[in-house]
Amino acid sequence: MPFRIEIISTVFDTRTEVRKKNLHKLGFKSIKKISIVDVYTIDKRFKREELQEISDTLINPIVQRASVSEGISPPAFSYALEISFLPGVTDNIANTAKEIITDKMKVSFVPPENVYTSQITFITGDITSEEANKIADSLYNPLIQHASVVSYKTYKKQGGMPALLPVVRLNAAQNAEEVNLNITDSKLKDLGKRGIIDKNGKFQGPLALDFIYMKTIQDHFRKLGRNPTDIELESIAQTWSEHCKHTIFADPIDEVKNGLYKTFIQGATHTIRAKKGKKDFCVSVFHDNSGAIEFDRDYLITHKVETHNSPSALDPFGGAVTGIVGVNRDAIGFGLGAKPVANTYGFCFGNPDDTSFLYRDSALTQPLLSPRRIMDGVVAGVNSGGNCSGIPTPLGFVFFDNRYKGKPLVFVGTVGLIPKKIKGKPIFKKKAQRGDYIVMVGGRVGKDGIHGATFSSEALSSGSPVGAVQIGDPITQKKLSDALVKEARDKRLYTSITDNGAGGLSCSVSEMARESGGAKVELEKVPLKYPGLSPWEIWISESQERMTLSVPKRKWKELSELLKRRGVEASIIGTFTTNGKCIVTYHGKKIMDISMNFLHNGLPPRPMKTTPATIITESDGIKEPKNYAGVLENLLSRFNIAGFSFISEQFDHEVGGGSVTKPLVGKGRVNADAVVFRPLLTSKKGVVISQATYPTYSDTDTYRMTACSIDTAIRNAVTVGANPEYLALLDNFCWSQPDNPEYLYKLKKSGEACYDYAVAYQTPFIAGKDSMYNDFKGFDGKGNRVNISVPPTLLISSLGIIEDIEKSVTPDIKYPGDLIYLLGDTQDELTGSEYYSMLSDSRGGKLLTGNRVPKVDAKKNSHLYRYFYDAIQKDLISSAISVGRGGIAVALAKKSMAGRCGVDVSLKGIADNLRTDTILFSESQGRIILTIDPKNKMKFENVFKNISHFLIGKAREDNKCIIKSNRGETIVNSDCNILLKSYRSTFKDY
Amino acid sequence: MKPKVIIFSGYGLNCEEETAFAFNLAGAVSDIVHINDLIDGLYSLSNYQIAVFPGGFSYGDDTGSGNAFANKLKNHLWREIEAFVKRDTLTLGICNGFQIITHLGLVPALEYRYGEKQSALLHNSSARYTDRWIDLEITNSSPWLKDIKTLMLPIAHGEGKFYASPQTLSKMKKRGMIALRYIKGEICTYLDLEANPTETLENIAGITSENGRILGMMPHPERAMFFTQLPHWTYLKEKYKRENKPLPKYGPGLHIFKNAVSYFTN
Repeated sequence: MPFRIEIISTVFDTRTEVRKKNLHKLGFKSIKKISIVDVYTIDKRFKREELQEISDTLINPIVQRASVSEGISPPAFSYALEISFLPGVTDNIANTAKEIITDKMKVSFVPPENVYTSQITFITGDITSEEANKIADSLYNPLIQHASVVSYKTYKKQGGMPALLPVVRLNAAQNAEEVNLNITDSKLKDLGKRGIIDKNGKFQGPLALDFIYMKTIQDHFRKLGRNPTDIELESIAQTWSEHCKHTIFADPIDEVKNGLYKTFIQGATHTIRAKKGKKDFCVSVFHDNSGAIEFDRDYLITHKVETHNSPSALDPFGGAVTGIVGVNRDAIGFGLGAKPVANTYGFCFGNPDDTSFLYRDSALTQPLLSPRRIMDGVVAGVNSGGNCSGIPTPLGFVFFDNRYKGKPLVFVGTVGLIPKKIKGKPIFKKKAQRGDYIVMVGGRVGKDGIHGATFSSEALSSGSPVGAVQIGDPITQKKLSDALVKEARDKRLYTSITDNGAGGLSCSVSEMARESGGAKVELEKVPLKYPGLSPWEIWISESQERMTLSVPKRKWKELSELLKRRGVEASIIGTFTTNGKCIVTYHGKKIMDISMNFLHNGLPPRPMKTTPATIITESDGIKEPKNYAGVLENLLSRFNIAGFSFISEQFDHEVGGGSVTKPLVGKGRVNADAVVFRPLLTSKKGVVISQATYPTYSDTDTYRMTACSIDTAIRNAVTVGANPEYLALLDNFCWSQPDNPEYLYKLKKSGEACYDYAVAYQTPFIAGKDSMYNDFKGFDGKGNRVNISVPPTLLISSLGIIEDIEKSVTPDIKYPGDLIYLLGDTQDELTGSEYYSMLSDSRGGKLLTGNRVPKVDAKKNSHLYRYFYDAIQKDLISSAISVGRGGIAVALAKKSMAGRCGVDVSLKGIADNLRTDTILFSESQGRIILTIDPKNKMKFENVFKNISHFLIGKAREDNKCIIKSNRGETIVNSDCNILLKSYRSTFKDY
Repeated sequence: MKPKVIIFSGYGLNCEEETAFAFNLAGAVSDIVHINDLIDGLYSLSNYQIAVFPGGFSYGDDTGSGNAFANKLKNHLWREIEAFVKRDTLTLGICNGFQIITHLGLVPALEYRYGEKQSALLHNSSARYTDRWIDLEITNSSPWLKDIKTLMLPIAHGEGKFYASPQTLSKMKKRGMIALRYIKGEICTYLDLEANPTETLENIAGITSENGRILGMMPHPERAMFFTQLPHWTYLKEKYKRENKPLPKYGPGLHIFKNAVSYFTN
């Protein structure tokens, strides 16, 4: 008999007001009052006085009141909506409550005994039952939650809300089933695509194995003279998935025989490292969970950026939490464990104002979440994941384009810090040894995240598995992370470590088994969240917050005792071997026996052919605007330029004490393009991180798009003070339509540019990731088929060093009278620009393309960046901003807004042959706008004597922003406070 | 003799390292100790003069920020904690640490009734986690706050709106237990931000016990121990440079840690 403890605030509960406001915004204006009741359902026998004691530990009596087994409600209300989790969904609060009860009452919960949480929203107002259901729809996500909607009358009749127990009940097969591969080709193809059919006749979920892979597997098992088991086939599918093996980047493409990754990404790094020779700062590139460069004599700094797109489309909050804590494990899993010291993010969403629905199925019963809801959920998810983990999140961006409506992109990155040596031995190298225990640490295994790896290797459609949804538990991971990187690592209690991410144990164990040469796993030893999972599910589940360690037998006792004292669960689940096989047993029975060689190297290459993409080059006559101030204000309020302080401020960016430059800079709190932080408080050295992406350039030219992204990422870092000769890059490709030869062509061109520009700038790639299937196949509200593909999106992130943090530069103009300079040349390069996007929008979305995507002159720019760095070392730069989206106009406005200081600028001399709007809004690369103290004019101009530089004006005593055209007319006569108002208007109520 | 500081860690607390750094910088010796190591008796509070509950997200704020960690302390370490605060010691709770000692009943502890919950820290009015800088005025004579009149520090929390009943509040005021209030000072003026971002009751950002030795505060002094942690330090750098003044090395937050050290050394 379950007990419900219901809790209500006895003082004003601010959550009710916020919820009411949000519902009003959604159009439910007749809501007068909201009350919130938090519910703990305890499914375990307790005496009445014990329950009283338990409820006392769950509240603060100064502001809350609890009731045991009797509903609490406001005296009058119209509807009550209770939202609870579906069975098996991670319920962090309930887990904490269970821990509190266990500790207080000295009892233990024996499954199925459990605690569940839910929340009741009481609504008062003149609303219909249909509206009440709609309100519930806006508050819950049917993929992970359940909603009960009850009227006042029913509530009273029932004496409260109906008790719901989301107990997990599974009856999956408790053994591995043989999968018959002696079938026709068409059946084989179907098996690869749709997956294995279980004993109930249902598909277990996509294998996402191409026909050519299925043939290879069929051949392999024919030679062995047997059929595979389901766990073997699922395991191969995980390891061979696009998500894990990155086949599109690995396989031959046209004349690029070694594939894009080896040729262009790794190839660039090889070339650069060879050329840098003794000046090479790369330490570990590509092969570990993160890439690492030297920070100083004693430490390395690591970085990795991941995407978590598909899960975030289904459950934005859970997907984003899982994404951020997942990439944290790429730091924890680097070497023997790096300490996460900073997070980054990047979100690409559909238009948040778009309210038209899309559906995953033709019956229109599975709506996609709206871009706004996805956005709110993703932001809340990174908030929770990053903040709870105590890792600062100082840098990120948001980008909007309605082609992200079907699938958002959620980039998350983590920078880590690791000493080079502990007790004289390097700790950035690792190797599982023969006989080491395979130890799983952290969370338990459930049904969550099954088929995550194969699912993200497919377009999002109605067959997408709900089991792919996971909710992260940052605190479980925090305990794990602290215990490993702050204690066990330095005692060298394990020889290797890796993350349990995509593919779960199947991938982590088989990856580590490569170090020793084999593994033997006893699957029944894996601790489960609840009983009833099939062995294959245990093996590939992506339940979060787990790492796999290899632990020498003699260290096990010390490790297990330490982890126990830190509240971290650890279990021996097998042994590393050297026999070249990955063997899995379940209760003594061998259910998997695959050679390591076949598992890792068995997949055949699939050569790809591309077709040059047709570029739309039409460009119709655009008239020069009359009201430039209006255009500028308009640009500043556009989604892709406007300030998003509501995100920056809700992500803790100062925890750790290392913050040097903030995500919001200057008096005007303008979003920064790069940040500086100190990973080691004892050192004056800082880390610089920046990002760049130009999806709108991809429509015309992905080669130039890539060049611009690389140039901008470098320039953004250099502008705040990074040494341009000590910068590393990370690449994250989020592509679409990988079966379309034109999209493959675009990918190849992008790869070429990665090589050309990384080498030209001498900035090696140290890590990267790609996500190829960012497509949505579904239906619109009328039942018409809709395919939406994201524009080819490349995120370039940079990781650099600043020798002395006191040299950091911020964009805000510091002093009236300071001289304003523009460095670099301005060309007619408006294709893909924000200015053109704005004009297209005003013409109803017709793309103005032309063929003038900015072209990057790496030689010239790297020259400029070196002199700029030199000028910073001489303390000549008082403020600086990298010219990016929106061109000179927006860069100037940002400087002025950030410093709350007016400017007097003339465009004369910058590019007198160009039209004024071209000069102002062109997004030509390689440009920086800066200010200097007038007394340093000579020194400054001396440094830049051989570099394009233009003295374009000076900072004013007042707030006026005056811009004169090259003909001398005043074209903008505004005020930085007016501009700031536009800049802040867009996301004011977010 | 340098005073010895114990800084709690574990279960999602996360500011222990920089807090220890700040105390050491101020001249103390700090140990970061996992709560379970105290429970297991590997460390003892009786060896320390200063106890600190640092910021963080203990138990993910589940069941109310600070509640679960406070429950654990109450279940296992209450006698030691009570003995500690009754000695001539100093105790500090920062952010999540303040939330913990509120649930634990170390502050305000009117009539020295340690262990009784007398106040609360509610959700910010925005119901959203907020990281930004604020100004404070110091309104009592706690040893932690000696010789400080105003301070600029960052806050970073979702539940920092102080609440106490009118009776409790009036007693606290009479006895000088309101320690910190948000005001519009240097940094709010510079950044053009409102003084009280959470709409906390009467601008209260920190309180003390009756004897002032236990301080609970929402803002983070350890995030303002260096000059380069200030949001406007690049502006100040230009200013000092043009005025031919040297750059300061430390930030305003360090004063609090120094006060604690000098309480035992002077």
